[in-house]
Amino acid sequence: MKNNERNLRAVDRLTDLAGEVYDQIDSGKIPKMMIPLRTKGNIRFDPKSNVWKYGKAMGARTAKKLTGAQMLLRTMYMLEFIEDMIKDSKSSTLREMYYISEGWAKAKFSTQDESNMLAEDLEIITTCMREDFKLRPEEDGARVIGNVTIQEMDRKGKKKKINCRDDVGDSGYGMPYNVEKEKIQFVDCDADFLIAIETGGMFDRLVENKFDEDAHAIIVHLKGQPARSTRRFIKRLNEEMKLPVCTFTDGDPWSFRIHASLAYGAIKTAHLSEFLATPTAEFIGITASDILNYELPTDKLSDKDIQALNAEKTDPRFNDEFWKHEIDLMLEINKKAEQQALAKYGLDYVTDKYLPEKLTEMGIIK
Amino acid sequence: MSSIAHELAKKQKEISVSEFFEKNKQILGFDSLTRALITSVKEAVDNSLDACEDASVLPELIIKVEKVENNEYRVTVEDNGPGIVKKQVPNVFARLLYGSRFHTRSQRRGQQGIGVSAVVMYGQLTTGKAATVRSKISDEDVAYECDLILDTKKNRPDIIKEDFVIWDRVHGTSFQIHVKGKYITGKQSIFEYLKGVAIVNPHAKITFVPPEGNTVVFERATEQMPPPTKEIKPHPEGVELGELLSMAKYTESLKMTSFLNNEFSRISYRVAREICELAGVAPDARPDKLSLEEAGAILEAIKKVKIMAPETDCLSPIGETLIRKGLKNVLGGLTPEFYAPPVTREPKVFGGNPFVVEVGIVYGGELNREEPIQILRFANRVPLMYQQGACAITQAIQTVDWRRYGLEQRGGQGIPYGPAIVLVHVASTKIPYTSESKEAVANIPEIKEEIELALKHCARRLKTHLNKAAKKGKAKVKFEIVQDIIPMIAEKSAKIVGKPVPDIAGTITKIMNVVWIDDSVTFEKKKHHVSVKIYNYTPKSQALHLHMLVPYDKVDQKSLEVKPIEVREGNKVTWDLKRISSTEVYELAFDLVGVPQEQYDDNEVYVSHIDPASVIGVEVLPGDWDLEHLKITEEGPEETMDEGEEGEVDYDEVAEVVKNEE
Ligand SMILES: Nc1ncnc2c1ncn2[C@@H]1O[C@H](COP(=O)(O)OP(=O)(O)OP(=O)(O)O)[C@@H](O)[C@H]1O
Ligand SMILES: [Mg+2]
Repeated sequence: MKNNERNLRAVDRLTDLAGEVYDQIDSGKIPKMMIPLRTKGNIRFDPKSNVWKYGKAMGARTAKKLTGAQMLLRTMYMLEFIEDMIKDSKSSTLREMYYISEGWAKAKFSTQDESNMLAEDLEIITTCMREDFKLRPEEDGARVIGNVTIQEMDRKGKKKKINCRDDVGDSGYGMPYNVEKEKIQFVDCDADFLIAIETGGMFDRLVENKFDEDAHAIIVHLKGQPARSTRRFIKRLNEEMKLPVCTFTDGDPWSFRIHASLAYGAIKTAHLSEFLATPTAEFIGITASDILNYELPTDKLSDKDIQALNAEKTDPRFNDEFWKHEIDLMLEINKKAEQQALAKYGLDYVTDKYLPEKLTEMGIIK
Repeated sequence: MSSIAHELAKKQKEISVSEFFEKNKQILGFDSLTRALITSVKEAVDNSLDACEDASVLPELIIKVEKVENNEYRVTVEDNGPGIVKKQVPNVFARLLYGSRFHTRSQRRGQQGIGVSAVVMYGQLTTGKAATVRSKISDEDVAYECDLILDTKKNRPDIIKEDFVIWDRVHGTSFQIHVKGKYITGKQSIFEYLKGVAIVNPHAKITFVPPEGNTVVFERATEQMPPPTKEIKPHPEGVELGELLSMAKYTESLKMTSFLNNEFSRISYRVAREICELAGVAPDARPDKLSLEEAGAILEAIKKVKIMAPETDCLSPIGETLIRKGLKNVLGGLTPEFYAPPVTREPKVFGGNPFVVEVGIVYGGELNREEPIQILRFANRVPLMYQQGACAITQAIQTVDWRRYGLEQRGGQGIPYGPAIVLVHVASTKIPYTSESKEAVANIPEIKEEIELALKHCARRLKTHLNKAAKKGKAKVKFEIVQDIIPMIAEKSAKIVGKPVPDIAGTITKIMNVVWIDDSVTFEKKKHHVSVKIYNYTPKSQALHLHMLVPYDKVDQKSLEVKPIEVREGNKVTWDLKRISSTEVYELAFDLVGVPQEQYDDNEVYVSHIDPASVIGVEVLPGDWDLEHLKITEEGPEETMDEGEEGEVDYDEVAEVVKNEE
């Protein structure tokens, strides 16, 4: 990867940041950094972009406390590391950076979560993206099957056209971690909508049942909580190809959050919501109502599930009639169901009955 | 009528004491097979230690337990004591209520004259085998050896076999017995008992050869004998009617006044006359003619006259140093966090018997945190193994509210939980036991109260330590920030922006704004190295007085750069530190020479002449340096680490929550 302007701008921003800390110490103050709070209490709906972004509440990272001091020290190490990478035209995965911190003495991270979070902190503070810092996720992106033609720039810089139905095997087209324009362009798309699936089992079921062809759909496997690249890919298809998007997940509180992060923006990355979220995406199910209407096999809610549902009741992203109703209903029946529970009625039930019914109801297919 | 009386008279024969005890084995400590084996060892060991101390020899004991068959064991206890003269051997070992302790008042393990004869009796009852005793006194060239049986009807010894044998000991006694028993390891075992013996008898060397496994040697922790204890006469205050009557009957004195003066302590002729007068008994009446009424009147009179408290030099407490040594010796592999300085109370009196209570506490480190504390009970240097619940020591422990001293205790009573060992030793010229098996101290109010006081006293020292440790822990975090992290941040940020490393003094003093005092003591090459580091993390330069409790005559003057301005009572040392600049680290250090390692393992450091709120790491000396350690207020300075600016949210505390959100 060659340095571009974004990388150089990142270096400037990071140097400024170090400069602030330097000046604070030099003038005898306690070094401190103010960062927007990444909490559900501090996300606000932005009517312009229709997504949820961070509000104005700030938190202090101060050297007065041990964790704060450690994080500031880590920040300095990370800055130096990023600047060195940019200088040397190198890049690393987040995991590699975590391992590199082994050599950072007191600044060593104790978990990769910690280093990932700090990388995100830096994005927020500098308004750069972690790609600008030459940091990339190691997670492979999601899989896609359907009649969309992509032009991808390969490792050797050659442009390759790939049709996600005809040029791929049964596992579909694998998304790279970089799905920006310089890497991927959409050439052509012949589909009525995009359906994002939580579990691999259900993705494979839809593929085997040829749902993409029968329903004229693009099928995307989210692999649980979707990676940034997956969300970005979906958003681009939605915007550039005018493709309606819907999510099909398990029926439990965690799946509700998957839809929220895809459609409204994730709390953890609300600084990038404008960039990652697809506000028009619709939730198909499994809803609590589905559990009742389709008499699905269920499990009892665990204590954690109940806690999560209650937390969602105060999450501003779920503050509408639909979600309030579904969350309360799930708490009331005290049950959850997997999407594959539909197999109760046979392997074809989901594609022959459930999805067509639900999609028609939502007006996605006519 | 008279015929019935004659009938009854036929049945009224003397019940032999031995017969009685044969029927009541449990009160002598033979109620289970395991306990019987331990009791057999214990009675012999107690006697050996008593004998050695009587003769002022450092005890060297060998205890051997061998398995003969299924439930039969051979126990041999050998000592290097003075030995027993030939004539006495049979009586001592095979006659109940025959001993040298019963009529004396002195701090001894044995006090009834039952112990070892009961073992002999138990052995012959359960195995049919005789006891073998070998003893040699230093006047003789050969040892006397005999096999003994106790005639339980007559309470007289039967000598089965006797002989003189060559023995390579100068003097000593070996006692061997076959008993039915069960050998176990673990909590209430012979090993634990001997370990307890070693704790409170650090002057004894004890070798234990168990039936299986390796020989264990408890080496002596000191060459110093406990000071010899004086025998005292009974103090009149505790005397009971029957006792008074029998003393009066057997006395050699011919007059009441001389009887009172000779047989009791603290009764002068003047007091004796006063007593007789008050009781209406003629001063020159013959004591052996004393009537029941007169005896009662004398007891009443004794209560009314002023009599001095009994002398207390008859007691031999273990003492702080040796308690500590003993505990250390026995903890062996385990490293605790803290030895609370042991407490030895002033002697007190119950029923005319002086007694003294001692307490030691070991805390933390590798000791078990989840379980009830371990209680080590001792009476006259004998470990008490059974009947823990019935013992005044346990009851006193249960009464103390340990929560105030840093241990867990549900509802503030009962046995507390936590990583602690509590040692309690009661020494007296007469320990009031709950029964003849001598396993539990009776709940005498005076004794229980003293135990409680001693426990609280020692626990307070533990609490002081815990407070100090907690405060240091907090300060340590800040210390890490300013000492390690800030310098690194300064250096890295300077490198990134390409400027010289900034001065961090201002930042550091803003974060800490305290004077941090950190003391340490290490022992190497027979020297204690003491270091007190004073970190001035305030923006101003500071002056203060530093006080330490050290044996000043042992300070190696060459190692001490700054001389104190005052040394009082040989160990209260004060330095005047006139100027420590902002962010300076000042070190006061010196070596102690010729102090045994365990006698100085924690520094006592105090400061004065400085704002208490600005010091962390030591206690502030409240005004008067004369105050004893324990009286110093336990509340140190309030901590001044203000957290965060008004209403500011800590980003990283909130971030914790976010991580778990999605
Ligand atoms: N190993 C020994 N060396 C010297 N004298 C001994 C030894 N063992 C016992 N004696 C003497 O024998 C006496 C009787 O011992 P015994 O154990 O029966 O009673 P005690 O120790 O006086 O009282 P207690 O019943 O409380 O144990 C002792 O008082 C002591 O004088
Ligand atoms: Mg005895």
